[in-house]
Amino acid sequence: MPREDVENGREDMLIDGSEAKQQKQKNAVPDVFNAHYLKVYYGKLFPHADMFRWLSYANDGRHPGCDDSYFGRREFSFTLDNDIYLRFQSFKTAAELESSIREKVPFKIDIGPVYSVDPSKRHAYAQSGDNVFTPVERELIFDIDISDYDDVRFCCSGADVCLDCWPLMTIAIKVIDTALRDDFGFSHILWVYSGRRGVHCWVCDGKARRLNNEQRAAIADYFRVYKGNENSQKKVSLVGPALHPFLVRSYTEVLKKFFEEKLLSSQNLFSDAIKYETILEMIPEESITSELRGRWADSRSTKDVNVVRWEQLKHQLQSGKQKGQGLRRCVEEIVFSFTYPRLDMEVSKHMNHLLKAPFCIHPKTGRVCVPIDPNHCEEFDPTTVPTLSQLLEELNAEGSRMEVDNEWDKTSLGESIRYFRSSFLQPLLRSCKEEIESSYSAKIQQSKNTLAW
Amino acid sequence: MEAVRSQRSFASPDVVLPTLPFYRSAPALEVRLEDFELYAIDRLRVLKGISDGLSRGKKPDEMEKSVNELWKSHMRHPQASEVVNKDIISHFVLRLVYCRTEELRRWFLSMETTLFRYRFLFETPEAQRALMAEFHIPYKIVSSGEYENVKDKLVQVARSLGQSLSGADSVFYKVPFEEVPELVACRRVFIQKGHAYVAMSQVVSLVVTQFRSLLSKALVLTNRKWTSMIREQEKDRLTPIVESLSSSYLGPDYSQPKELTDVSLKDIDQVARSSFPLCMHYLFEKLKEDHHLKHGGRMQLGLFLKGVGLKLDDALAFWKAEFSRKVGAERFDKEYAYGIRHNYGKEGKRTDYTPYSCQKIISSTPGVGDHHGCPYRHFSEENLRAALGKMGVGNRALEDVIDKVRHRHYQLACTLTFEAVHNTSCDAGINHPNQYFNDSRKVLESRNNSDGA
Repeated sequence: MPREDVENGREDMLIDGSEAKQQKQKNAVPDVFNAHYLKVYYGKLFPHADMFRWLSYANDGRHPGCDDSYFGRREFSFTLDNDIYLRFQSFKTAAELESSIREKVPFKIDIGPVYSVDPSKRHAYAQSGDNVFTPVERELIFDIDISDYDDVRFCCSGADVCLDCWPLMTIAIKVIDTALRDDFGFSHILWVYSGRRGVHCWVCDGKARRLNNEQRAAIADYFRVYKGNENSQKKVSLVGPALHPFLVRSYTEVLKKFFEEKLLSSQNLFSDAIKYETILEMIPEESITSELRGRWADSRSTKDVNVVRWEQLKHQLQSGKQKGQGLRRCVEEIVFSFTYPRLDMEVSKHMNHLLKAPFCIHPKTGRVCVPIDPNHCEEFDPTTVPTLSQLLEELNAEGSRMEVDNEWDKTSLGESIRYFRSSFLQPLLRSCKEEIESSYSAKIQQSKNTLAW
Repeated sequence: MEAVRSQRSFASPDVVLPTLPFYRSAPALEVRLEDFELYAIDRLRVLKGISDGLSRGKKPDEMEKSVNELWKSHMRHPQASEVVNKDIISHFVLRLVYCRTEELRRWFLSMETTLFRYRFLFETPEAQRALMAEFHIPYKIVSSGEYENVKDKLVQVARSLGQSLSGADSVFYKVPFEEVPELVACRRVFIQKGHAYVAMSQVVSLVVTQFRSLLSKALVLTNRKWTSMIREQEKDRLTPIVESLSSSYLGPDYSQPKELTDVSLKDIDQVARSSFPLCMHYLFEKLKEDHHLKHGGRMQLGLFLKGVGLKLDDALAFWKAEFSRKVGAERFDKEYAYGIRHNYGKEGKRTDYTPYSCQKIISSTPGVGDHHGCPYRHFSEENLRAALGKMGVGNRALEDVIDKVRHRHYQLACTLTFEAVHNTSCDAGINHPNQYFNDSRKVLESRNNSDGA
């Protein structure tokens, strides 16, 4: 037996594990979330080293241009079992981070900004009176919650999701990811399933991390189309004689297709009067809405009623006799209302917002916050994301092996960690190293020049 | 009279001051103490006018006109040679006045930047180019080859803004998008791979960004100098003027409730009905109805209630009574109580937060599920009519209110509502929800007293 005696609690698991194959039915790990399972997860599966490498951004001491204090100025915050909330945790090394996580077994790990000084010592600095404790770097982050779409999805509400409404998240990933890359020129972008009802996005380019709050707000506003609050009639208002190229691209490449091919039918948007009335309300022309209402009163149809009625509505609005720009725009407004991403703006606007770390376990669902590959986001299925208990079962089924380093490799977490490393971490660290190298040589050059004076 | 601030650096004598100064360094001028104060008050009138215009939601062309008028009516001087001096001196005096807290700095920065923007627009194209050169704006004009490549997109953006792109407008600057956050936020530029294509007519944004960042840094420095030396050195001369300038003109910030308005938990329902402005009354009703409010609503109503005089303990009890019906008492204590104590300066940064002003509320951007914001601005007309009817605003007054809303005079609309509900005049106008409340209490109190007599 390898190291099971090093830590208490592990022994039981491995004993279970060696018999797991025969007793799988009987000894299956109950499908609940608890601190004991979490302890095993942090002990054997959580990719501590990868998290450290990510958040160090190549400041690993291997290059004279490295900033050795960088990782130590990052805020972590832990939510513990009994809802004790520990903010402003900081760690100097990978080992410190790992041992603290293993020891405290946080139900949730949040990642905050990199501050000007070590956040755990902020009080000492505060004595000096000058306002030196301030965030200096932070990934550009986005948080999209499906509960914000409750007025346009009819399969679930609140924190629930299913495969009928999840495409809304797929749309969000596609629209935002493309714009972040093509418009803003970012390339190191990590999408993560938030464990229950949405997705998180981390933009990690050096340029993104150094944006100030005003620039963050500008990007968030660039993405904002949805302006309605609970008391305004139209949720989306597309003004002006034409749409911005970003909106045109989003509409033609993503929104229209998803609306017509998926949501229209899966959400039954035109199936009954209550639903189609909310859509008709978005059309300001009385004569058109009453005509459509008349046609729809008779619901006999062999084809999908949603598709038929949508085509009729489009035909009415776009036919030659409608001269007003505004009426043609209605079709787009309806599609935008039902599909366009809805961001939690506040999260993106400020450097000091905390966001849950990837690979945490959501305490309510037990699911791992796994990365999502934006290139294959249509294939992502939130209902098959590995759960804590499933991972432990898989671990047990494998039984005890000699090597303990890459235990995740044998579980269904393996694929996620491999993706994280090969598609996100490696390219990121490569460009961070280049950045460190070039700013270092620039500095050397500069000091040479000053000497030459 | 000796030179004020003789300890500061002197501008070199051969520099010819342009009509629109950048205020890079304090002037080497002799100023009489009376002028010191009078100039500052004149400039403050201009900034206050700008602030009012912004909070009324004036459009850019209306703002341009109003800034021009404000400047002409307040910043003239009988001696032509003194005009520039008055401009510079008043700016630097107000820097001293408004450097002293984060809130003051933010207000001053925002108003001065707006002022600068419109003054830049008044300049001739030649003067604008000269100013750009002086600011060392390092960006190149897009070459004709590159222009042809992106022309379609640029035309599209121009069309989305309701403009057409003629040959004369084909001068574009290519700049990192970070330099023009306001153009990005409104999607007024085409962005590709991190670069924004800024039209000649938009360069004001580039200059303004520079101006803003210079002024922002300068204000922090001035604050340091103020606290470390100027305040003490000038304690018999300038300090009293500076301190009275900020308090005499800004009006109260309503962070400390007046004794008159102390409100206890048991009266709150009655007081809400009689004396809350619509924005707060609506939030209050929604809270009672849903037993929940999202973050923006909790902040807007919570800080208002603090200003009204609800003590921390009462506030906790008040919010808990509602929230616990929806989320349970335990979750309230865990998730929401912190925020309320935070508002009262008992958690986190321990800042005693001030209630939101009309300007802040009007410029907020409520989203899905949000109920905060200014009803006059954010409600649809239909919903606003219903809400006003419920408040007891009669037909005629209601039409007047709606008329103001249509012209985007939201604070005037609120003032008319106040007058209709209280059957009295309100000459000062409504600038702050807590002012509405205080004025309402005064009216009702005097009525009660005269009834009793």
